[in-house]
Amino acid sequence: MFSRLSTKGIPESCTSLTDNALVRTDQLTVRFGQQPALENINLSLKPGQIVTLIGPNGSGKSTLVKALIGAIKPSAGRIIRSQHLKIGYVPQRLHLDPTFPMTVHRFINLPKRHASHDIAEALEQAGAEHLLNAAMNHLSGGQLQRVLLARALLSRPSLLLLDEATQGLDHRGVAEFYQRIEQIRQRSQCAVLMVSHDLHVVMRTADHVICLNRHVCCEGQPEKVAASPQYHALFGDQAASTLAFYRHQHASPQDKERLRHAG
Amino acid sequence: MLDDFLWRAALAGLGVGLAAAPLGCFVVWRRMAYFGDATAHAAILGVALALLWNLSIFAGVMGVALLMAFCVSTLSGKGYAMDTLLGVVAHSALAIGLVAVSFVSSVRIDLHAYLFGDILAVGKIDLAVIWTGAVLVISLMVWRWQALLTATLNEELAYASHINPRREQLVLTVALAIVVAVALKVVGALLIAALLIIPAATARPFSRTPEQMALIAAMMAMAATTGGLRAAYLFDTPTGPTIVSLAAVLFILAMLVTQSWRFLCQRGG
Repeated sequence: MFSRLSTKGIPESCTSLTDNALVRTDQLTVRFGQQPALENINLSLKPGQIVTLIGPNGSGKSTLVKALIGAIKPSAGRIIRSQHLKIGYVPQRLHLDPTFPMTVHRFINLPKRHASHDIAEALEQAGAEHLLNAAMNHLSGGQLQRVLLARALLSRPSLLLLDEATQGLDHRGVAEFYQRIEQIRQRSQCAVLMVSHDLHVVMRTADHVICLNRHVCCEGQPEKVAASPQYHALFGDQAASTLAFYRHQHASPQDKERLRHAG
Repeated sequence: MLDDFLWRAALAGLGVGLAAAPLGCFVVWRRMAYFGDATAHAAILGVALALLWNLSIFAGVMGVALLMAFCVSTLSGKGYAMDTLLGVVAHSALAIGLVAVSFVSSVRIDLHAYLFGDILAVGKIDLAVIWTGAVLVISLMVWRWQALLTATLNEELAYASHINPRREQLVLTVALAIVVAVALKVVGALLIAALLIIPAATARPFSRTPEQMALIAAMMAMAATTGGLRAAYLFDTPTGPTIVSLAAVLFILAMLVTQSWRFLCQRGG
């Protein structure tokens, strides 16, 4: 679990990754000019964990992801990466210039070429096996998402980083996508950090939720976060409906069955 | 063979075309068309400085082109848009270059040759410079190919794969400076950007992968340079502009072919 929640009393100032975390941030702060985007973020990600990052627009979710992949340098604080850390990154979107010819096969072989059976396996895991020879420009939003996921999986990541990967997907698409992530986690035991807007689904799939608004507002198990006043202050009515949804989803299987018949 | 000026010209054209094609693809993909223009314009300032200080033209052009690229990339994002900066730098470098040339009274220089190129005057040493530059640029492209493509696709994807997009941008800038420096004599400053962009644009509809586009662009560039040279010889027209005109004709033909093919497919399907 997260070091800041640790009950063992490990001091926060410890510098090495003593707790087998893949990556840990230590008082991570990012400023753009004078504007603070992230302040004093402490988090640690462990193998096999699904962590979801939620927060309103401009709360620094994408900034945090970009700092973790090394695209943004911390203004203060540190990011400590384990030597086992291998990030598979799925960006929020991919704008391809129409002048750039690119097939799915060529794309997933960037920047490293992979053996064809590995490619087939990754595409199958991501549900994109039929897209191998498609042109990237012709993919729908959902297809592109699956191709991006397949590419991320090919590097055999120990941490899968998903930045609002379900943007532009319909409800069914979102549900399928999270199911797929859950399967991948079980199969490869990688950690997953995802930025999400889909509060409903987040509450079902995550082991740990971090509610971000430039600083960490609240974090913990989904039900704990859903009940916290900070979460409600941040998300308002949407949060209330999530809580109801969460309780509904966690009703016993018999209850669900009954509900389905009633509906 | 190298004693024949036509052979020398043809080999020079081939060298420039081969180097310009893959680089031109990146210029097109990354929407750096104006960057190529600016580098080429700045080359005139390089020529003037080289003559003033008795340096080799190649060194002068390389130096100014790199300096310009460095200025533009450090200044961009500090209150000015990239294209504004390039506009300022390109035109002022060209103007200052022309003014500086007027101070060089000791040597009589044919400015026309630097603006429009004079491929027929290419000597053996020029040929060696052109092919050294071409081999250098092509090796640079081959070496960095996968990383360059990744950085062109998406900066974050590049960072996540431990590729620094800034460094790849620098690789492209250096390659661009080399191509401009070696192509100056062949097509001239005003037409270099055309030789970078037109073959790549011609190749686009026939390509499904970046490699195909680079190869087809190289073939188009070679056809344009050798064909243009031949045409210029036959019709006694200026060579640089003839080469670029032929490249434009190929582009239009390619467009007609693909458009009518699409039209036929739609009617058929």
